[in-house]
Amino acid sequence: MSNIDFDANFEAKLARNENIEPKDWMPDNYRKHLIRQISQHAHSEIVGMLPEGNWITRAPSLRAKMVLMAKVQDEAGHGLYLYTAAESLNISRDELLNQLHTGKAKYSSIFNYPTLSWADIGAIGWLVDGAAIMNQVMLQRTSYGPYARAMVRICKEESFHQRQGYEITCKLAGGTKEQKEMAQDALNRFWWPTLMMFGPPDSESSNSENALKWKIKRETNDQLRQRFVNQTVPQAELIGLTIPDKNLKWNDEKKGYDFSEPDWAEFKNVIHGNGPCNKERLGARVAAHEKGQWVREAALAFAEKRKNKKAA
Amino acid sequence: MGNTKDNQGALWEVFVQKKPGQPFVHCGNLHAYDKEMALQNARDLYTRRNEGTALWVVPTDAIVSSSPEDIGPFFEPANDKVYRHPTFYILPEEIKHM
Repeated sequence: MSNIDFDANFEAKLARNENIEPKDWMPDNYRKHLIRQISQHAHSEIVGMLPEGNWITRAPSLRAKMVLMAKVQDEAGHGLYLYTAAESLNISRDELLNQLHTGKAKYSSIFNYPTLSWADIGAIGWLVDGAAIMNQVMLQRTSYGPYARAMVRICKEESFHQRQGYEITCKLAGGTKEQKEMAQDALNRFWWPTLMMFGPPDSESSNSENALKWKIKRETNDQLRQRFVNQTVPQAELIGLTIPDKNLKWNDEKKGYDFSEPDWAEFKNVIHGNGPCNKERLGARVAAHEKGQWVREAALAFAEKRKNKKAA
Repeated sequence: MGNTKDNQGALWEVFVQKKPGQPFVHCGNLHAYDKEMALQNARDLYTRRNEGTALWVVPTDAIVSSSPEDIGPFFEPANDKVYRHPTFYILPEEIKHM
């Protein structure tokens, strides 16, 4: 087959909504786009463990501690599903980690904000995981097979994460005046960074066009953001919390809320490494990797020794 | 840094059996240095929520697979052997179930 046939075959598969699998021919830019997106997604899961890990030792009850540990363990698992999905595109795990550790690859900007109080753990589960689910539900139908299958597993597990976060927020909102203020404060700080998680507005999103054409994404950043706002506002109202946006208003015509634009200058600033916790997060990640070096070496040496013993 | 050697262990494919008696189904892959570690990692990674009662782990490079370009010719012999299907055979009308 000539290149043109390969390309036509690829396009025809997409048109039939068939998944592209690792051994299928795919355009170079499709492969590159996927590696960038899937690895960024994997890195986000792994770096996302850090702000939550911050509260494991200080969880307010044994129940809360067990739940948070299970959640952080899930995030590690999600990172691993996604790394192997990325590896199926012919890039090694080490290369992927190098890209993260050297700052070449990005992770979700939300994790560059600090978790100052226990209420932030509630806000992360409720808002951040809620926004992630919105994106991930769509990605269950992404065109690349291994990515879609990883998403199906992740979505099944994520709904526990969002519920545990909302439960924490509900408890605080229904507690003492100080507790309610904590919940409101967490909502105030996490609301805008959460809306930014969906990425820049459609009019400025450089990666969106190809992602939609190749059916990697099925909906645009703005569509997902709108759906998230529509879903979340009643959840806040129900427990007496206020979304920190004066322009928030139900629009009966579009059957959705009107809301303000997030501060995109801040978004760019955080993406470019200048958020409140960028250095701390990357530093912790690199340190964890370097401190684990002897474990990897020991495991490899042990496996070799065993193999040799059996051979002898 | 760039293209360093991968020191994360070899790649393994994981298959889970949901319940005794059912087929093993591929569920994903993982890195491990030997088969014991592969099995333990598979348990931790793929069966945290009662997803199965048995696991297989197989080194990825031990798997031989057909390639997508050959789909047509490779599976073509099945097409012209309709007599392998029960619907090919004509039975007397009186026989309702066979």
